[in-house]
Amino acid sequence: MLRGSSAVAIDNERNKHPSDVIAAASAARARRSGRVGLATASRSTSDPHPAEMATHELHPNDTLTTLKMESENLKAKLEEERAKLHDVELHQVAEKIEALGQFVMKTRRTLKGHGNKVLCMDWCKDKRRIVSSSQDGKVIVWDAFTTNKEHAVTMPCTWVMACAYAPSGCAVACGGLDNKCSVYPLSLDKNENLAAKKKSVAMHTNYLSACSFTNSDMQILTSSGDGTCALWDVESGQLLQSFHGHGADVLCLDLAPSETGNTFVSGGCDKKANVWDMRSGQCIQSFETHESDINSVRYYPSGDAFASGSDDATCRLYDLRADREVAIYSKESIIFGASSVDFSLSGRLLFGGYNDYTINVWDVLKGNRVSILFGHENRVSTLRVSPDGTAFCSGSWDHTLRIWA
Amino acid sequence: PVLGVSPPPPALRPMEQVIVAMQDPDLGIKMKNQRLLITVIPHAMTGNDIVEWLMKKYSIMEEEALHVGDLLVRHGYIYPLKEPRNLVLRPDESPYRFQTPYFWSSQQWPASELDYAIYLTKKNIRKQGQLIDYEKENYNLLHKRINHTWDFVVMQAKEQLRASKQRRKADRIVLECQEQAYWLINRPPVECLTPRLSQRDRGKQSNTKCEHSSRMCPITHITKRTLVEHLKKALGRSRVKSSICLERYYSEQYFSHDPMMHGCPPSNPWITDDITHWALNTNTVSTPTKLRVERWSFRFMELLSDPLGRLKFMEYLEKEFSAENLCFWEACEDIRHGENSRIPQKVQEVYKQFLAPGASKWVNVDSKTMEKTLEGLRRPNRFVMDDAQMHIYFLMKKDSYPRYLKSDLYKNLLVKAIAPQETKRSVFPFMRRHRHSSPNPALVDELTAAPRGYGGCTVSLLQLYDSLPSFNCS
Repeated sequence: MLRGSSAVAIDNERNKHPSDVIAAASAARARRSGRVGLATASRSTSDPHPAEMATHELHPNDTLTTLKMESENLKAKLEEERAKLHDVELHQVAEKIEALGQFVMKTRRTLKGHGNKVLCMDWCKDKRRIVSSSQDGKVIVWDAFTTNKEHAVTMPCTWVMACAYAPSGCAVACGGLDNKCSVYPLSLDKNENLAAKKKSVAMHTNYLSACSFTNSDMQILTSSGDGTCALWDVESGQLLQSFHGHGADVLCLDLAPSETGNTFVSGGCDKKANVWDMRSGQCIQSFETHESDINSVRYYPSGDAFASGSDDATCRLYDLRADREVAIYSKESIIFGASSVDFSLSGRLLFGGYNDYTINVWDVLKGNRVSILFGHENRVSTLRVSPDGTAFCSGSWDHTLRIWA
Repeated sequence: PVLGVSPPPPALRPMEQVIVAMQDPDLGIKMKNQRLLITVIPHAMTGNDIVEWLMKKYSIMEEEALHVGDLLVRHGYIYPLKEPRNLVLRPDESPYRFQTPYFWSSQQWPASELDYAIYLTKKNIRKQGQLIDYEKENYNLLHKRINHTWDFVVMQAKEQLRASKQRRKADRIVLECQEQAYWLINRPPVECLTPRLSQRDRGKQSNTKCEHSSRMCPITHITKRTLVEHLKKALGRSRVKSSICLERYYSEQYFSHDPMMHGCPPSNPWITDDITHWALNTNTVSTPTKLRVERWSFRFMELLSDPLGRLKFMEYLEKEFSAENLCFWEACEDIRHGENSRIPQKVQEVYKQFLAPGASKWVNVDSKTMEKTLEGLRRPNRFVMDDAQMHIYFLMKKDSYPRYLKSDLYKNLLVKAIAPQETKRSVFPFMRRHRHSSPNPALVDELTAAPRGYGGCTVSLLQLYDSLPSFNCS
């Protein structure tokens, strides 16, 4: 998204195809900053549904004031409707469940090697390898079990805020302040320069905040500081679908583990968590109960709900069928924002990494905090549970990653 | 608003709520006079007081209370009277005081150069030549930069010093400490930057804020209209009662499969360094474990997403002569998630193999769906098979899957399944096992254990990365 006069121009252009808009926005930005070259995002010819940009014609009597009033009224009505069906609280339903016992988790591995803040990490499907990225532009692939580093790539930019492991284990994707998401195939030839084989896939007009492969190595979903999310074809770099609706930077995303596998959730600086239809590009559900930026979103294992972590120092749970927030995980002594959240395998536990260097463990059903884990010496920036649920990994601004079990 | 100060930004609100609670006249910390050498400072408290109050008020343990208190000091809401340069919380009799709201970080007064210059000048005058190195540097820098107003700076400094001399010693010390703490936060010496929350932390970590942050985009008529339409639609969607939704959350069967809650037979590799658990659960193992086979019965998706489960299910379907359903489903997944360029070709193949009249692996799709699919085939795209795929998916889920779970094939798997004992902790817990490395998935296909092609990746992927023009923008 651009501010200033070009923003209005972009809004008026919304009826164009999303890739044209992104290209135009990038062109405008390039022109302003004096850089040459467009961010090319050519249209895929085989998609039948041009992404409906979710724009509408203005009605004859629309003024900013009337529209504002109407939207306020509708919001209030929506909350009313949502509240009508809310006949029981989650912790009430959970009363009959046994409380969790003493909870002991310790750091089992400490991965040292990054020279600066660790910003993101992801697990490999083999349950022991991870990829991590940091502020100094380094992306490292580790066998977390042995703590050996297996690959290292130096990105041409700093602040690599997003990284992801390909489902096959053969490649990693990463990006950040370069506004791009690039894919690096992992070669085992020690002499091979991984950077030489890099493929630039996604092009945004602002920083890349998160990326994730869909069910295969061939598609990547990205979110960006430009306020959009996008789905890309890795082979050609083509934009397959873009998702517009956030009013500010999008900071995180997660793909739904549902049977039909066609939705994902994103969270942003506009305090909203949006659920998207990957086919149409439409936002199908939206939740706005956080009081500050949403830094992390993660689906509940069944796919019926998702959790979010925010700068307002709370984590929340939203149920998709009930269409509302159903739990808040907060404590008065937790005064710093949550940067990343993830569930244990069964979904009973929610792990939250916070900006006050701690990790809080929540009982998802009963709502109380089960444990607090100390260890990191700076903000926890990223946290993921391993694919088989045997451990979780946390990355921090203290330059290290820790495996907890 | 508290004490007449403006509301803090959301990120600092929780912290200020704690500070306000701490100063509550009835339930807050009991403040007393504290001794600092020969001076008595009023309205102060000890480090111990802070820790104990936090423990009691928030029902937390000492470690956490110390952690929280330390954060409050680090962010300038509480400052130490002894060793004021060292912004840490000491859980002892060290005296501390609350920072005046005027100086709270959330006030966002721009910590101006002028104010800082006056502060440094005061220090310089008071303790001639006693400025610390980084302060000396800053002083010299400022002297150059705002030289034109230096007379004003010196005059202000002298005035403030004179006014403070007229205060009682206790008050003077307090004011000096307040100011010192404020400047420690806002002009920290670079070497010992204590990590803390800064106001504008975000992806715009470079200092060119405007370049990298988009914040809220301007609200135009069109975006507002869009929002209104979106809200109308949201109002109309159907919802389910909470009692029905939330009941589903409690699933006892999953708890026993959660390694973090119920252990991990025989042991959690991360804890014991023994990888038996992983070895028993690979995708090429001949006898799966009991937990794994059980899990396939929880939900159809569990069976399908486990490659071994899917394999065994396929064996069953072959016996039932309905394996084409699963093959079709897999082929559709490949279309949806595969390379964009190969979609037309794949769609044709799938039609020939599964949908065309007389197809070798013909799948039974209802006429309406078939009609829609055939229509879509004219312009093949990623989603053209979606309806048919879903139809077959639910067919398998409602029919084949339940029968599979009742079949001899499945029951035998359960009977033969391995159920390793949970090993007791090693007698010598400090003896470190050798941590074996495992083949990199880039080298070996995790699904089949077959070695990948030259270069590490599958041949098709290798071709992908080698032969296509690169999009490098280095």
